[in-house]
Amino acid sequence: MTSPVISARGLRKTYGDRVVLDGIDLDIHQHDVVCLIGSSGSGKSTLLRCLDLLEEIDDGVIELDGREVSDPHVDPRAVRREIGMVFQAYNLFPHLSVLANCTLAPVRVHGTPADEAAARALELLERFGLGDKADAHPDQLSGGQQQRAALVRALCTGPRVLLLDEITAALDPELVGEVLEMVRAEAEAGMTMVLATHEMAFAREVATSVCFLDRGRILEQGPPGEVLTAPREERTRQFLRRVLPG
Amino acid sequence: MSGVTWSPSEREVERRRVRRRDRTRGAVIATSVTLLVVVVLVWLVTSSPGWPRVRETFLSWPDAKASFPEIAKGFWTNVKLFLIAEPLILVIGILVAVTRSTVSPWLTPVRAAAVLYTDLLRGVPTLLVVVLLALGVPALRLTGVTTSLFWLTLVALVLSYGAYVAEVVRAGIESVHPSQIASAQALALSRHQTMRHVVLPQALRRVAPPLLNDFVSLQKDTALVSAVGVFEALFAAQDYGNYNFNYTPLLVAAAFFVALTIPLARFTDWLGRRAVRRERGR
Repeated sequence: MTSPVISARGLRKTYGDRVVLDGIDLDIHQHDVVCLIGSSGSGKSTLLRCLDLLEEIDDGVIELDGREVSDPHVDPRAVRREIGMVFQAYNLFPHLSVLANCTLAPVRVHGTPADEAAARALELLERFGLGDKADAHPDQLSGGQQQRAALVRALCTGPRVLLLDEITAALDPELVGEVLEMVRAEAEAGMTMVLATHEMAFAREVATSVCFLDRGRILEQGPPGEVLTAPREERTRQFLRRVLPG
Repeated sequence: MSGVTWSPSEREVERRRVRRRDRTRGAVIATSVTLLVVVVLVWLVTSSPGWPRVRETFLSWPDAKASFPEIAKGFWTNVKLFLIAEPLILVIGILVAVTRSTVSPWLTPVRAAAVLYTDLLRGVPTLLVVVLLALGVPALRLTGVTTSLFWLTLVALVLSYGAYVAEVVRAGIESVHPSQIASAQALALSRHQTMRHVVLPQALRRVAPPLLNDFVSLQKDTALVSAVGVFEALFAAQDYGNYNFNYTPLLVAAAFFVALTIPLARFTDWLGRRAVRRERGR
């Protein structure tokens, strides 16, 4: 087995007295699609934010390609250049057109020539059905379109890992499909992904591994067939009963 | 449970040590760089060829002491002008801004007047408004209208700054997202209630920093009334200078103004931080 792209050991995060992550161990290998499930407040989002160094951790070690990035002297921007992140609330920049949203980081951070970055962004927008929205501003788009644009923005920098934080949670059910379709396409293309999600059917279908988080711990981890259909832990069963229909 | 039994790993202890060391280093750099800049600046000024002469005319301790009481007395006028003008300006500013954002066809003349007011008074230099009112109104010989220069110049400052503040408040009103107005209307609030309870509170919080900026500016511009002979800090300082051929009192007056504006600036910083804490839950 190859060494993991991202590896977390004994991750701990607290807000005041509240322990949000309590000793998380997680390995993400290339082409993995890891789904984090669990009730809200179980630490899914915080874990993703910690992996992207958006939060300072209180203990543990995070490694990217075997190099510790939780060291205070590691430049977090160098780490974030390698990682793409998409948020629940899209977080597109409202003052920029869709195309400008997508080319901002490639041009400013990665030094891609502007015409090259625009060509690549347009190609991706085209592929995901947003070709005619390139010059529109985010607020003119539907939620589904905005989230797809946010995904394209994350993909434009050519990240090695994609972190998706409940990216369909703010969408109408009928718009969820178009966004998940895009994630599925990326998964099939071999993109390494970690996603916090409530879409159990999607997790079952796309995930290579599912982690059930409970009170800041990974209570159970395994292939979706195991965790989602025959969980070992009683708490996992309880959770699945609540979220799965029937 | 786990919060009690948990103790930091060796790596974390090491990391904390590194962060602490980095913070200490940062503090040392900040202090030494600041000291260096101050020393260089002082050296540059004191080694200039005209320094002895400047020190004599601008930094004379006896003159500072001698002029202090008069300037302090004059400055009290500045403080009074400012304290009375400020609330009036805020009221006028909000009224004009709200008027400009009304839509009722009945209010068209009022809206036009509000536009004309802001356009005119933002266009005319404040000093000119002060002089025009202080000299022009008494010349009209109206009965029942004050000829007190204090009150006339106060009105001039209020009119001039009211126009500025109105525009700041209007920008704040327009920055409130339409979805806020929609949800207020969905609760069946009237236009007036929407403005009063939903839009204005958010708008004013957002424009607090630029508003304070205008108020600091007003504190300084109270010195403009010296142009028509109102006895305030600048007038007192110039008065002393003209008799004694020494300009130290100007610096004394400047110190008075600075001493008034800095606490106000810190106060707004604090207000802003408190608002952020309350809305984002720290």
